[in-house]
Amino acid sequence: MKIAGVPETDSTFELIKSHALSQWQELYDGTKPVIMVGTTTCGRAAGALEVLQAIRDELAKDHLDARVVEVGCMGHCYAEPLVIISKPGHPTMAYGYVTTEIARRLVKDYVIGEDISLEFSLGALEENDLIPSIYDLPRFAYEKQIILENCGHIDPEDIDHYIAKGGYESLAKALQMQPQEIMEEIRRSGLRGRGGAGFPTWQKWEICGNSRGRPKYVICNADEGDPGAFMDRAILESDPHSVIEGMVIAAYVVGARHGYIYVRAEYPLAVHRVRIALRQARRLGLLGKNILGGDFNFDIKLFQGSGAFVCGEETALIASLEGRPGLPQHRPPFPAVSGLNGKPTLIDNVKTLAYVPRIMMNGAAWFSSTGTEESKGTAVFALAGKVVNTGLTEVPMGTTLRQVIFDVGAGIPNGKRFKAVQIGGPSGGCLPESALDLPIDFDSLTEAGAMMGSGGMVVLDEDDCMVEVARYFLEFTQRESCGKCTMCRLGTKQMLEILDDITKGRGRMEDIDTLYEMAEDIKAGSLCGLGKTAPNPVLTTLRYFRDEYEAHIKERRCPAHMCRDLIAYYILPEKCERSCDACVGTCTVEAISSNKKGIKVIDQEKCVKCNTCLQACPPQYNAVIKLSPPELVPAAKGKK
Amino acid sequence: MNGVSLTIDGKRIKARKGEKVLWAALDNGIYIPNLCAIPEASAPFAGCRLCFVEIEGRNGPVTACTETVEEGMTVNTQGPKAQRLARTALELLLASHPVDCAHCPANRACELQKIAFHLRVKLKPKRFRKIERELPIDSSSPVFTYDPNKCVLCGKCVWACREQLSIGVLGFAQRGFKRVVTTFDNRPIAESNCQGCGDCAAVCPVGAMVLKGVNKARASHARAKSRE
Repeated sequence: MKIAGVPETDSTFELIKSHALSQWQELYDGTKPVIMVGTTTCGRAAGALEVLQAIRDELAKDHLDARVVEVGCMGHCYAEPLVIISKPGHPTMAYGYVTTEIARRLVKDYVIGEDISLEFSLGALEENDLIPSIYDLPRFAYEKQIILENCGHIDPEDIDHYIAKGGYESLAKALQMQPQEIMEEIRRSGLRGRGGAGFPTWQKWEICGNSRGRPKYVICNADEGDPGAFMDRAILESDPHSVIEGMVIAAYVVGARHGYIYVRAEYPLAVHRVRIALRQARRLGLLGKNILGGDFNFDIKLFQGSGAFVCGEETALIASLEGRPGLPQHRPPFPAVSGLNGKPTLIDNVKTLAYVPRIMMNGAAWFSSTGTEESKGTAVFALAGKVVNTGLTEVPMGTTLRQVIFDVGAGIPNGKRFKAVQIGGPSGGCLPESALDLPIDFDSLTEAGAMMGSGGMVVLDEDDCMVEVARYFLEFTQRESCGKCTMCRLGTKQMLEILDDITKGRGRMEDIDTLYEMAEDIKAGSLCGLGKTAPNPVLTTLRYFRDEYEAHIKERRCPAHMCRDLIAYYILPEKCERSCDACVGTCTVEAISSNKKGIKVIDQEKCVKCNTCLQACPPQYNAVIKLSPPELVPAAKGKK
Repeated sequence: MNGVSLTIDGKRIKARKGEKVLWAALDNGIYIPNLCAIPEASAPFAGCRLCFVEIEGRNGPVTACTETVEEGMTVNTQGPKAQRLARTALELLLASHPVDCAHCPANRACELQKIAFHLRVKLKPKRFRKIERELPIDSSSPVFTYDPNKCVLCGKCVWACREQLSIGVLGFAQRGFKRVVTTFDNRPIAESNCQGCGDCAAVCPVGAMVLKGVNKARASHARAKSRE
């Protein structure tokens, strides 16, 4: 390995930086209001583009000169669309749940007028004496933003914003260092791979750096495919340059010349924004030949995966990149020794790479001061499911599940009871209430039977059946298994059939033993990580919710009233209102009729259990209930 | 040439450096069950999960087709953990295989039968549910019949057609349980670019691809003889 640093690197970067800073200062020069709209996928799904248009239209109508900037996701996906308004002389304000109507009012009342519209605000984005700050919300006591720091605060399509916030400074600094020194810094930081397994990052870098064979490659694994996970997408859409900067530094350390960002085609906005970011970085000489005027060359291509879940496995990802079917291969050899085109290849997750510039900027000690003994730094989670504040959160390693779900996520909606949290997607597991005080890190989760995985966290409440949840995840893995190896292809199929039977009331007690035996063998005998972790959702639900399995098998009863074959809908005669026939009209199969007294009765043979009557029954009556097992429905009197 | 000496099942053997344990064992008359291993292939397919062995100092069983021999290595092909995994894999294959040996042209020339006997697994094991795929049989080719239901997805036919002969008529399609060996666009073999060489049927270890009018048992017997 040779050193690329040349004296001019420093001055080249200073020029770039001073230009970026002047652009940033111009944006906030105190003469015009700045309106920021979060337009990542979560915002767009909630109508952010319409809000953006409404703001522009309203400004144009009044010939008002304000700067409108599209930014990324702050993590408060529950409150999207999110709008931030900085008006000179006022504290910067964040507004949530913005509709086009509210957007127009905000422009009229606050941008033009003086009404700060507190009723729509989430809080001020800076400490001040007048308005409560958003940072006073309980969640901020637990959050610590390292890689989400810029998200939602800069324009991801403008490299100057990233540079003005200190971006690419780490790269300029790194190019003045020996690769060995950078590796040492990463080693001391204790950074572990955020793709799921938590392998020490520096070790992978060292193996790749020491491997003979040229050229070497660096790949960013952005093939995020877990149901309920969207951290990588949010980072690529909100702060793509941090990932690119991390890649260039990694490439410099291992001596790579070519890089790929492997991102799923189902993330069109991420693809679009990464493309723009690559173009801008290349134009400024931060990517390509002679980076920052030195003699280090490295360029990145973007590759779109076709959506196979297994392509997140590194050997399958490489096969797919080479144009072959995305099938995993036996390891060793590991990609760091023999990867893309048989050459040494460093593969790191989006988040891992995004940490690198921050560590180089603030030092290893700064990074390792956060977190637990074995897991340093922060963890990024995507909170989804039955939780009030869905969205992204970054918390120090060692934060408990309770803090994440109940303080950051604000608990379970509609007064329901927490039942379990599914962590790590199809490779992870379901942890029960008793595990809520577990400090989260790589090792504690593995010990509890789950897995950090990529960081998806799906919260489940009392209405979720744990057997059904296990079945759902196994169905996912079975469908997404590449089918190459016997254990995964046929083993998960057998397990799925068993779970299917149990949820349909056809299970036998011996099936539980078979599930355990199968799970053990599939874990020990599968070819790749997908198969080796596929039984985890089943194993954890068996471990923590065995009573639910037994209720399904022994009593044909689904405690959560979720498994369709084990429930029946019933109308409580004492609650049913004679003059109301809301349910009769909505029933899709005409299974509900009125008896002589005007009380509604469901014909169980006709009923398809579609749940519409339960939703249609007015809340003041609440007469429709679910019963499990279905035999609990009292026999109809006087039926012919 | 510098060889490597190792012990397999108590027998001291010499192997070529860089050789995989599976071939070292087979070359020395020690049988390890396998369906997908191809000696000429550049990298092991490692899909059938039948060649599990235990190696001293290793944490858990490993597949013999992926392990490179090392000086002084001690291999046990009969270890209980390895046998358990191999048996599970075989039972899984049999549970999704139409076991109708008496009417199968591959009867007595079928690797599944051989491995079942070796591992002492009944041909109709009871532990798992019988899950078959019920796909149509393709007898459009004048040379061979293809019954995808009997296929164990070892990939030998795909390798022969694609890597060895560079014809590339056969390939894998679909994922998970639906994975299948088929032609481009799932067309009948006769409508594909098949040259009719029959090599796929020759390498098929079970009764999925069978030459028409040829008794597989007799043919494989004859092949074995001609090799001697």
